[in-house]
Amino acid sequence: MLENKKKLLTGSEIVVQACLDAEAGVMYGYPITPTCEILSGWIATGKPSLQTEDEIAAGFAVCGAVLAGQKAFTASGGPGHVLLQDGMSMAEGMRLPFVIIVGQRGGPSSGTVIYSQQEVMLACFGGNGEGLRLVYSPATSKELYELTRQAFNDAWQYRFPAIVLTDGYLLKMKSGVDLSSLKIENISAHPLVPEDKIVHWPNIYTMEEELNEQIGLAQKDWEEISPLIAKAEILETTDVEVLLIAHGIVGSAVKEAVKQLRKNGIKAGYFRPITLRPFPKKDLDKVCGWESVKKVVVVESSAGQLARIVRDQLAPEIAVSFEYLQKPGLGIEVEEVINLFK
Amino acid sequence: MSENLAKFCPGCGYPITLLMLNKTLEKLGLQKQAVLGLDIGCALLAWNFLPINTFQTHHGRVVPTMMGFKRARKSSLCVALVGDGGAYAIGLQSLIHAAKRDEPIMVIVTNNTVYGMTGGQTAPTTLNMQITPTSPEGNIEEPFFGPELLKGIVKEGAFLARTAVNEPKQLMEYLEKAIQTQQAGHFSLVEVLSFCPTNWKTVGIGTIEKLNGLKETFKLGEL
Repeated sequence: MLENKKKLLTGSEIVVQACLDAEAGVMYGYPITPTCEILSGWIATGKPSLQTEDEIAAGFAVCGAVLAGQKAFTASGGPGHVLLQDGMSMAEGMRLPFVIIVGQRGGPSSGTVIYSQQEVMLACFGGNGEGLRLVYSPATSKELYELTRQAFNDAWQYRFPAIVLTDGYLLKMKSGVDLSSLKIENISAHPLVPEDKIVHWPNIYTMEEELNEQIGLAQKDWEEISPLIAKAEILETTDVEVLLIAHGIVGSAVKEAVKQLRKNGIKAGYFRPITLRPFPKKDLDKVCGWESVKKVVVVESSAGQLARIVRDQLAPEIAVSFEYLQKPGLGIEVEEVINLFK
Repeated sequence: MSENLAKFCPGCGYPITLLMLNKTLEKLGLQKQAVLGLDIGCALLAWNFLPINTFQTHHGRVVPTMMGFKRARKSSLCVALVGDGGAYAIGLQSLIHAAKRDEPIMVIVTNNTVYGMTGGQTAPTTLNMQITPTSPEGNIEEPFFGPELLKGIVKEGAFLARTAVNEPKQLMEYLEKAIQTQQAGHFSLVEVLSFCPTNWKTVGIGTIEKLNGLKETFKLGEL
C-alpha cells in the first residue's frame, strides 16, 4: 500500500514545525491577528516561550536571547510589526540573527486583520538604517516551511536579521504538505557575547566616521552574500510579450493565470521574487531584458510597494514599459489577472 | 579598576556606581559571569569602562533585552544599567512586567532628576517646580518613586532599595544584596541618587548639597 506522507496543516502549524525543526530555543510574542496561532502553537509544544507585555519587549527579548547564543524568534503583523521595528533596528545595527514571522494585515493603522501585502516597505526598509535585513516572501505552504528554515540558517550564518513576510491567508489556510521529504541542514547557533572572553560592544558611535565605517563593512558583506540568497521563480519561456511580476500568495495566483493564458496562446510570462531583500536583481534584469518583452505588469495587494522595489532594482539601461494591477488590502484572484488580457 | 578611562562628564556620579559594581563583582568572584546591558542615555558611556562583558541596547529597552539574555543563559549574572527616564518613562512598561514576573535580573537605576545626555530635560524624577529646558516655568508634576511603585508588584524574595553615590558603604551593600537576589532567582532594583553637575549647573560643594537635598524627597534604604 502506498503511504501518504502528506499532512493537512495550517500555515501557522507549518511555521511552528519549521521553528522546531530549525532548533529554535524560545519564542517571545504578543497576541495579534493573524499570528496568534503561531504563539499559541509554539506554547503548545512545551518549548520555552513568553507572552510579553508588548511587541517591543518581544523584539528586545529576542535580541537578548540571540546575544546569549540562543535561536529565538517572534511573530506579529501590522501595528505589532511597526513596534518590532525598534528591536529589528538594533538587530540590524549589531548584526543580530533576529527572526520574525510577519503575517501581513491591512493598513495603515489597525486596518484589517487577515490580509494585505502592505508591509513590504516596513519589512524591507522599516528601520532608521539602510534596510540590511533578509526578507523572504513565500507563495505556498511548502515554501513557508522552507523559507522559515532558511531564515534561521541565513540569519545565523550571515548575521543579518531576517523576516519571513507572509499573511493571514497563508497562515490560516490548511493545505496538504509532506514536510518529512524536505531535508534541510541546520546552521548552529553560537554565543555572540561569549562566556570565555570579554566583549565590549557599542551600537552608538561618537564619531560619524565610525558609524560610516560600520555601515560600509555591513554593506560589503551584504553585497557578497546577496547573490547566494537572492532567489526568484521564473517561467522559463523566452517568447514572453507581457511579463507579470508578483510576490507571495499573489504570485501563486499569477502563476496559475499565466499557465491558463499560455494555453490560450497568449504570450504571458511570470517572475516572482522569493526574496524581497536581497532582491533577485540579476534574474529581473535577465527576464525584463528579453527582446520579446513589451510590457511588465506588477500585480500586488498594495498601492505599489513591490512596484517601487522592482523599478528601483531594474537596470536603468533596460527600457520597458510598466503597468500595474494594485488592490491595496484585497486578495487577487486568477480571473482578475486573466481579465487584464481581455 | 576600570578597563578604560571614563567617558562621563567631570563630576558625574556614574563612574562611582560602576566602580562599586565592579568591586562587588570582584569580591564575589563574579566578573566572568557578569553581563552588563546598557540603556541609551548617559549609561551608554559605560560600554568599555569595566572588565566585564558589556553591550549597548536602545533607550528604554535594556530590561527586556537582559531578560532575554538571562533566560537564554541562566548561569549569567545580568545587570541592566539605566537612567531614570529609561526606567520610569519610556521603559516603564517593561520594568513593571519584569518586576511582576520576578525576572532574575538586576536593574540599577541612576536617579539624577534629569535627562542628562540630552541636556537636562524633565525626567519622571524631576522635583516639583525644578526648572529644566522642557519645564522652563518649573516642573508642575510631583516626582516619581520607582522602588516604591514596584513594592506593590514584586514577589517575595525580590530586592528593592535606594541609595546614593555618596553613600559608598550602603551602595556596595545593596549591590551585593541585589546580586545575591539574582542568584536566588529573583528580581532586584537599586535606585542610585547620582550627581549631574553639568545639567544641575553646580560646582564643588554645591553638587554635594544638591544630592544631599534629594535624599529628603527620595528616602534611602531598603523597601
